[in-house]
Amino acid sequence: MSKVLIIADHFDGQLLSSTSKAVNCGSQISEDLDVLVLEKGTEITAQAAAIDSVKNVLSVNNESFEHPISSIMAPVVAEIANDYDYIFLPSTTFGRDLAPRISAILDVNQVTDIMSVEGPRTFKRPIYAGNAIQTIKISDGQKILATVRTASFKELGSSNNANVIDTSMPSVEIPSHTRYGGVQSEKTERPDLQVASIVISGGRGVGSAENFELLYQLADKLGASVGASRAAVDAGFVPNDMQVGQTGKIIAPDLYFALGISGAIQHIAGIKDAGTIVAVNKDADAPIFEIADIGIVADLFEFIPELISKLD
Amino acid sequence: MEKILVCIKRVIDYNVKIRVKPDESGVVTEGVKMSINPFDEIALEEALRIKESGNASEVIIVSIGPDDSQQQLRTGLAMGADRAILIKHDEEIEPLTVAKALNEIVEQEQPGLIMMGKQAIDDDCSQTGQILAELCSIPQATFVSQVSIEGDKATVVREIDQGLETLEVDLPAIITTDLRLNEPRYVKLPDIMKAKKKVLDVIESSEMKTDFTSTIEVINVSPPPPRESGVMVEDVNELFSALKEKGLVS
Repeated sequence: MSKVLIIADHFDGQLLSSTSKAVNCGSQISEDLDVLVLEKGTEITAQAAAIDSVKNVLSVNNESFEHPISSIMAPVVAEIANDYDYIFLPSTTFGRDLAPRISAILDVNQVTDIMSVEGPRTFKRPIYAGNAIQTIKISDGQKILATVRTASFKELGSSNNANVIDTSMPSVEIPSHTRYGGVQSEKTERPDLQVASIVISGGRGVGSAENFELLYQLADKLGASVGASRAAVDAGFVPNDMQVGQTGKIIAPDLYFALGISGAIQHIAGIKDAGTIVAVNKDADAPIFEIADIGIVADLFEFIPELISKLD
Repeated sequence: MEKILVCIKRVIDYNVKIRVKPDESGVVTEGVKMSINPFDEIALEEALRIKESGNASEVIIVSIGPDDSQQQLRTGLAMGADRAILIKHDEEIEPLTVAKALNEIVEQEQPGLIMMGKQAIDDDCSQTGQILAELCSIPQATFVSQVSIEGDKATVVREIDQGLETLEVDLPAIITTDLRLNEPRYVKLPDIMKAKKKVLDVIESSEMKTDFTSTIEVINVSPPPPRESGVMVEDVNELFSALKEKGLVS
């Protein structure tokens, strides 16, 4: 049976849901599926062992992995990947940064953004910001290295108790040319954009950082996460980690509210997989209405308070 | 540093609504406006600013693609690059092959910094910079929205899923650029005239050591599944009932 290795994505002591989604994709290829955790400590290993469908968690506990630096992780992954036929990483900024360095070491072509598994060596992936879908086949006789488009796969359950294998650090050269200088991150009590079942996003039409307060109020009524279009981030209303779209986060909530978002193709690329898209815009000709399931031409500052009171 | 190498790709202009060919062999490129990949244009702009601030003496641009890619290289020269190199190759190739070919140019030119966009907007692969960094055994800083060069080091801010990450890397390094790094300059007519006199070397891919054979076969390219057409509602009450019907609110 083919052997699949998933590389765990984690941040600040938390295993990210993107890992479970990549496991979901890998489990469609083989049951012989392991997760590799590179960390300083063991807390991520414990979380990874709970993901359903995982057989073993290979845990490498080393100082070098205190921060995720791809030039340090890549030779380690490449060494451990020797025993595997498939190496999958989530297509998050973590996976996108790391996977190509592994591609260089293993000398195999990498597939970016698997959106479905069509066969053992055949996959679908989006190109042109999702405006076309490519079906590709990888030649026989080489490992398959890929990133997994997280919006295309559901998170698996977490009731497993996979076997943990303490794995020693392979003897590879660890470069010292890259130094970590910290992450500036907005702390929020709201659910993560990639996980939330309801997401409320604001665009340029929201008008200011202060006006985003209204969206937060609505989000808290619905237990939703808050996102933004590129225009709203560029205008400085909200930080970059809230950006939804081709160059921000690609998400697939059950319900998506696009508030004051005109609907550039780059934004739509990030929400195509949403269950129901609700668009609210003053401009009846806004392109967002072309892809919305429910559209309403309205002034946001009347619409949002009205919806909030309706939810009370 | 002496040289900055900027890698640019010729792609369908980002304003064009792409169309899939009826035989599903790819997307229509005939008669379609082509441009420098917008992320690469941002990389070139940043390289020019680094040079203008006195931190580099030459900006070299390189592209791999069909002969027509000379148009995009001329645009890059008009923006202010000093000279250009085209590796001429007609077929589509994978990022690993691109990076290997670029590595031959790196060995020749020995740049102190290599820059390119974080991804190309056609294949959306987001691989070439990182592969090239590993092939050269040098640091990488991807998805970068801020750069400062101090001597033989660069400090960058990266846009990651969790926020803004700061990294310090030794030079030479590879920086891949994100949208918020800068706004590229407009090209002026006199610059277009001047660009015609700048050196543009063309190398045939067959003259290179890199093997350009592909190991990924594209079976077909299809349009994305369409979303069912939606409805317009008049007010919040109607919206609320529609959402209730779908079981999305209670």
